[in-house]
Amino acid sequence: MTVLQKKAHNPIGHLTPEDIEQLGVELDAIRQSVIDTRGADDAAYIRKVIDAQRKLELGSRAILLISMFPPAWVVGTAGLAVAKIIENMEIGHNVMHGQWDWMRDPKIHSTTWEWDNASPSEQWKHSHNELHHTYTNVIGKDNDLGYGIMRVDEDQRWVPFYTAQPLWNFVNACFFEYGIAAYDLELGKNLATKERRNNPEFRARAKVTLKKIRNQVTKDYVIHPLLSGPSFLNTIAANATANLVRNIWTHSVIMCGHFPEGVETFERKSIVGETRGEWYLRQMLGSANISGSKAMHFMTGNLSFQIEHHLFPDLPSNRYQEIAPQVQALFAKYGLTYTTGSLPRQVASAWKKVIRLSLPNDFGRKARAKVLPLLPVTPRSEAGSRAAA
Amino acid sequence: MAQIRVLRRVASLLTTPLAPEDILGLVNPLSSSRQLRGVVTKVVRETPDSTTIHFRPGRGWNPHAAGQWARVGVEIDGVRHWRSYSLSAAAGHDPAITVTAIGVVSTALARDTRVGDILFLDTPQGDFTLPEHPRPLLMLTAGSGLTPVMSMIRTLVPRRPDADVVLIHSARTPADALFHDELLELADQFPGLTVKHWFTRDSGTGAPARRLDLGDATDLETLCPDWRDRAAYACGPADFLDAATELWLRDGHDDTHENLTIERFATALLPGTGGEGGLVTFEKSDKEVEVDGDVPLLDAGEECGVVMPSGCRMGICRSCLIPLVAGKVRDLRTGEVHGDEGELIQTCVNAAAGPVNLDI
Ligand SMILES: Cc1cc2nc3c(=O)[nH]c(=O)nc-3n(C[C@H](O)[C@H](O)[C@H](O)COP(=O)(O)OP(=O)(O)OC[C@H]3O[C@@H](n4cnc5c(N)ncnc54)[C@H](O)[C@@H]3O)c2cc1C
Ligand code: FES
Repeated sequence: MTVLQKKAHNPIGHLTPEDIEQLGVELDAIRQSVIDTRGADDAAYIRKVIDAQRKLELGSRAILLISMFPPAWVVGTAGLAVAKIIENMEIGHNVMHGQWDWMRDPKIHSTTWEWDNASPSEQWKHSHNELHHTYTNVIGKDNDLGYGIMRVDEDQRWVPFYTAQPLWNFVNACFFEYGIAAYDLELGKNLATKERRNNPEFRARAKVTLKKIRNQVTKDYVIHPLLSGPSFLNTIAANATANLVRNIWTHSVIMCGHFPEGVETFERKSIVGETRGEWYLRQMLGSANISGSKAMHFMTGNLSFQIEHHLFPDLPSNRYQEIAPQVQALFAKYGLTYTTGSLPRQVASAWKKVIRLSLPNDFGRKARAKVLPLLPVTPRSEAGSRAAA
Repeated sequence: MAQIRVLRRVASLLTTPLAPEDILGLVNPLSSSRQLRGVVTKVVRETPDSTTIHFRPGRGWNPHAAGQWARVGVEIDGVRHWRSYSLSAAAGHDPAITVTAIGVVSTALARDTRVGDILFLDTPQGDFTLPEHPRPLLMLTAGSGLTPVMSMIRTLVPRRPDADVVLIHSARTPADALFHDELLELADQFPGLTVKHWFTRDSGTGAPARRLDLGDATDLETLCPDWRDRAAYACGPADFLDAATELWLRDGHDDTHENLTIERFATALLPGTGGEGGLVTFEKSDKEVEVDGDVPLLDAGEECGVVMPSGCRMGICRSCLIPLVAGKVRDLRTGEVHGDEGELIQTCVNAAAGPVNLDI
């Protein structure tokens, strides 16, 4: 892809500023309809998921106490991997977005939730909620575009480092939770100079992350294995496998959100003075969905409804499916492309791009069409910062 | 002790990032000492509008003194709401609250609570309690204001043969009067208790159906001639309490204010104190909301999902304090606009006066 502003055919060229504002109004109405009907059923849903997840994790870990028996190892590892995925995706990610804050339950709240992941919630919320969700797919602003180690857009400059990016991507997938932690700490930037390394604020954050990692590692690789007695080594292997499966799964799902073909990127200039309607439009074009079964949606934490999630990051995840047809109808009405595909197709598409862009753009592509202004100049608005909530 | 601490530490290593009690809570919801809960054991309809809810509190509860209140949290349409309720049971007994349905939370509590339900709780508090040394007492109550006093009567009268309590209770009709029969029985059984019911509507007895007039001492003189010599406790609607306070100041003995102890269920807000309102930003929670000038910041925060600390919700307990980062607030009791950076704001009785940033 190429930033939308430089494309020969601008996919939103047919929309007038009035169209875009009207689109915003219609999306606001969808959002309001969910808020108006949020209630006891939704609360019961998230409580049930949390309860079931904890029981699954507890049960799996109990089975792993005798993990030297292969069937116990297989069942326990599978159960634990599923439990960890649910904890990270349908529960952790969504709770930390504030999707359940309206319940006013301090135990299921974005300000108190701590997840089963290397990165401390506080830091993840900053880089994810504030930066990624605000600057979605803006080249140079949204570090989620390649996480700073990959080039996933023609408009990111090629350097030789990117030649090995299929390998970086694979390694990142396997150790994704540590990748996220490093990313949230902005390690690349912060380790670069002595001054940055010694910055007390960075050091304090790094200390929190290291403590979190220490606790996580002690739990999975020391305490639970010790409890398993003679199954010590088997339990270590089981927990490592569960973490690996969780890492690869979450990495794949997240790649599908913004990397597949069809997803648009934006110029840094283009978001200056963005209105709420324009912000919505960017989210619509900057995300891709995954189609599939109910179970698949659940296991992705409903991030398979990435478009709906990016439009309404703080609506409860169990409601995305219900509003998806309305959102899709709006895409059709305004002549926009609703990017979606099966999980294998989207994963393959994202990988293809990672591999293709590991090499410099070919010269044919470089002869660009003239730059189109994305949108007429409009007054400054708060749409971007509001979305971070 | 040291062993328990080590055990705790090991347990939390097992469950990190959760706390061990999050896991225990899967089996026993009352086990959490961080969020105190109680399970409802009995529900008794008292009058058409009010219900007594008995509950067994979980870990972390302290036994209540007669007259104290507790914060009670309930979930309505999936949203947790907190209100304060006086404990109507005698001290030393399992706690109970008596709720009169007047609004959102009280109606849900009074009508929908069932045995086995879980209530969220906070520990009992308040200093509307019996005097340390025995004294003749006068209880002056109206409507649901009887509840804390009922706890005092139930605690004191059956146990102390030297008790000397006069209760004047105002209600609309005998059917609306809380604990009507129990009070008459207690008064029958124990000479230490005198009960005077005052009905503002139909009493069926031919007595005048009008409000108890505390504008001067006449009604009181008739009901309890030695009212000035008694330690008085009053609880009821705001205007009732305001009139009592004035009467005691004017007509009571010199040491008046010590002779009258009052408990308020609702704050007297100045009508029309609300101003223009503004955009309220809850910084740590990363939430913002545009509010009118008469909406307490506490309500505004809760409305957009911030977990706001709160207690009495009427400007007395100061458990709702939040540091002000920027902006000005208006005190809804006085209309005064104030706000320095870092000032602790009582969010239950202050509203936005222009844009406000709070450190929560
Ligand atoms: C220390 C303390 C002890 C309390 N003890 C009891 C108790 O034992 N039993 C009990 O029923 N309530 C008690 N209350 C009151 C209780 O906390 C709630 O305020 C009450 O139940 C109303 O809540 P709601 O959500 O139902 O009404 P809301 O929906 O919040 O309010 C509805 C409307 O009713 C008004 N209102 C509030 N209180 C009163 C009142 N007393 N009379 C008339 N209008 C009112 C409000 O201003 C509002 O306009 C106590 C309050 C305090 C501070
Ligand atoms: S809640 Fe008690 S003073 Fe505000």
